[in-house]
Amino acid sequence: MSAPPTRPKRKNPVLRAQAPTLPPAVRSRVALGLTAAAAIGRLELQVCRDCGAVQYPPREACHRCLSERLAWRAQDGAGELVSETVLRHSQELFFRERAPWRLGLVRLDAGPSVVTHVHADCAAAPSRVRVSAGLDRAGQAVLLAKPEAGDADPADDPKLRDMTCDPRFRKVLVSDGKSAVGQEVVKALAASGADLIWVGVAEPWKQAPGFEAIRALPQVTVVPLDLTNSRGVRDLAGEIGAKVDILINTADHHRTAGIAARSGIELARAEMDVNYFGLLRLAQEFAPVMRARGADGASSAVAWVNLLSIFALTNFPPHGTYSASKAAAASLAQCLRAEMRPAGVRVVNVYPGPIDDEWNQLLLPPKIAPAALAGAIVKALQGSVEDVYPGDVAQEWLARWRDNPKALEREVGG
Amino acid sequence: MAEAAPRTRSGYGDVVIAAPVTVPYVRYSIRGAHWFLARALAGLIDAAGITKDDVDGLCVSSFTLAPDSAVGLTQHLGLCPRWLDHIPMGGASAVVALRRAARAVQCGDAEIVACIAGDTNHTDSFRLNTATFSQFARDAVYPYGSGGPNASFAFLTAYYMRQYGATAADFGKICVAQRANALANPQALFKKKLSLDEYLNARMIADPIRLFDCVMPCAGAEGFLVMRGERARALGLAHAKILGTIERHNAFAADPVQVRGGWALDCGDLYAQAGIEPRDVDFVETYDDYPVISVMQIEDLGFCAKGEGPDFVRRHTFEVGGSFPLNTSGGQLSVGQAGVAGGHLGMVEAIRQLTGAAPGRAVADAKIGLVSGFGMINYDRGLCSGAAILAAA
Repeated sequence: MSAPPTRPKRKNPVLRAQAPTLPPAVRSRVALGLTAAAAIGRLELQVCRDCGAVQYPPREACHRCLSERLAWRAQDGAGELVSETVLRHSQELFFRERAPWRLGLVRLDAGPSVVTHVHADCAAAPSRVRVSAGLDRAGQAVLLAKPEAGDADPADDPKLRDMTCDPRFRKVLVSDGKSAVGQEVVKALAASGADLIWVGVAEPWKQAPGFEAIRALPQVTVVPLDLTNSRGVRDLAGEIGAKVDILINTADHHRTAGIAARSGIELARAEMDVNYFGLLRLAQEFAPVMRARGADGASSAVAWVNLLSIFALTNFPPHGTYSASKAAAASLAQCLRAEMRPAGVRVVNVYPGPIDDEWNQLLLPPKIAPAALAGAIVKALQGSVEDVYPGDVAQEWLARWRDNPKALEREVGG
Repeated sequence: MAEAAPRTRSGYGDVVIAAPVTVPYVRYSIRGAHWFLARALAGLIDAAGITKDDVDGLCVSSFTLAPDSAVGLTQHLGLCPRWLDHIPMGGASAVVALRRAARAVQCGDAEIVACIAGDTNHTDSFRLNTATFSQFARDAVYPYGSGGPNASFAFLTAYYMRQYGATAADFGKICVAQRANALANPQALFKKKLSLDEYLNARMIADPIRLFDCVMPCAGAEGFLVMRGERARALGLAHAKILGTIERHNAFAADPVQVRGGWALDCGDLYAQAGIEPRDVDFVETYDDYPVISVMQIEDLGFCAKGEGPDFVRRHTFEVGGSFPLNTSGGQLSVGQAGVAGGHLGMVEAIRQLTGAAPGRAVADAKIGLVSGFGMINYDRGLCSGAAILAAA
């Protein structure tokens, strides 16, 4: 049976910090289809479009009819755990450090037999399970069997907590905790069990409704953080960087102009300075020490969240320069992900549709409420995903973009 | 439309198998696979009293020969064969090599084929070999921490035990008997008697597989020659006849867990080709990477029905003097697994038993032996299966 984690003991500062190790990360190209779906929290397997056979492991031709028309389709993961084992020994350092480790063989109702990690709540084989796909510490897709009934949480199984970026007992930096979204993120983190939340504030003189309640939360420490000030970012990193387990970059400079609406580049430059260069400054100062702490005890550095925008996927011309700054940030966030992955620190990129705030006042609903966005961010940290598209608009734009990006460009651009 | 009657497979006529050669196993070696394969070839030439040029066919199996394959070896060893094959089928390679070589000799494509298998073993060999074993293993097994096939066989063993009531003691009985056989084999790496208590109390590797269920990877090589009987007799070379062979890959793919192998499909064909019944077999060399697979082979090769393996194990004794002599050299479990040569170990031992070349562990009056091969855990099951029935000349 699993039990929710308890507060970890204080780390002994004399001991050498454990270096991060990762599960095997090599996958064939075709197997990366599993990773693409797991990155957004889905289990997908290849299904033959000619004969319907479900395939696993991923492959280049249907095992039944040889068709090359294989499409990745969502699966419910229902199946039977037909056999299991406990690995007492592994050649892989990651699993060696975590032995004994439970593995299972599940016969999916859809057909294939799949090797999975097994949640501690699963009854011994034979038993009914539900298989899901999530990203492991190496950022690659793995399959996980949970009991068919109920809602077993990987974060409750101490072996599987590594697949999540669970904020419980962790220390979090929210780069802008004063904006509407930032405040909701702080509240959601406090509710999810974070131990300490540093709340970044860029303009301490500026009042914001609701902020006094945030400041009063017992977990909260307000810190000065202006992403346009390189020196200030470095100073803060010097003070708290070595303690930050999760960094959530909510800082966002949003204006509503395309190209023709303004003359001069000042507006666009201000957006870039926060949304793109701000991320760069933050990453230069905080990423190295977070990488070093990728395996630093039970509360290690575990995630970096970037609040991007669905406008990063395709430019929304009424907010054209803002879209471009978010697109730049998205690209840089991918760079950051590549640099953080070897240390087992997950970069989670969030692409909401228009947020229900002042800058999107003129956009018609549906718009995502700050509280809902914050909930989605915390849920992503509690799960095993790295790309998040919260809300109906984001989900629809994503579907349209994957189906035909040129069509979406026309639909959005008019 | 009426189904055509299946064609009867040709026998092997006067093609024979000879010259059992083992390059002594060592746990670790700094030498490359090429060294072990060269010693095997040299051993074959010496045993047969022929020259290197007489060997006009070569069949090679090796994991650690990479990046070379059989082709590289021809230049490396100064050979100019007119028939060449490389068999990458793990523990089934010996049976498959025999099948390929025998047909080549039978049709005159080669006169004397050397079938050699060997691997080196460095301290990091096991880890490196398993990391790149197959695409499916790399994508769908290795990420879960199983270094090598232990997890896949653990699933298989646990399932088999649950389905058919096999106990750890059943598997232990096989391991203990094979160790007893190995004590009479000077080439076995394991020299100490094994008791059932020691087997049961040994540490778990991947539940329910224990320490003595696993082979010990090592460096070494095995080899044999395939030629016409006429040639063997002219050379005065002891040899064995080939009564029948089978081979099958990826059988029963729809079974959720592997409980049977390709032998179950082709078993009838094997005995029909050989013109014998299972009860005519005097000894069996199974591919014993794990004892559960030996039990599976015993069932699938017609010695008992599927699921009756545990009962069969309890009713029989497996020492060379027992009621069902099994892995008379000690098998891989007690001799060691020299990589791919693990499959050739049984074939070479069978030749020894049939030519009176296994002193101290000879099966009395051995006339017919069965060699079984199995291999290539590509993902969750062994894909390759094969078997050969040999007879004393």
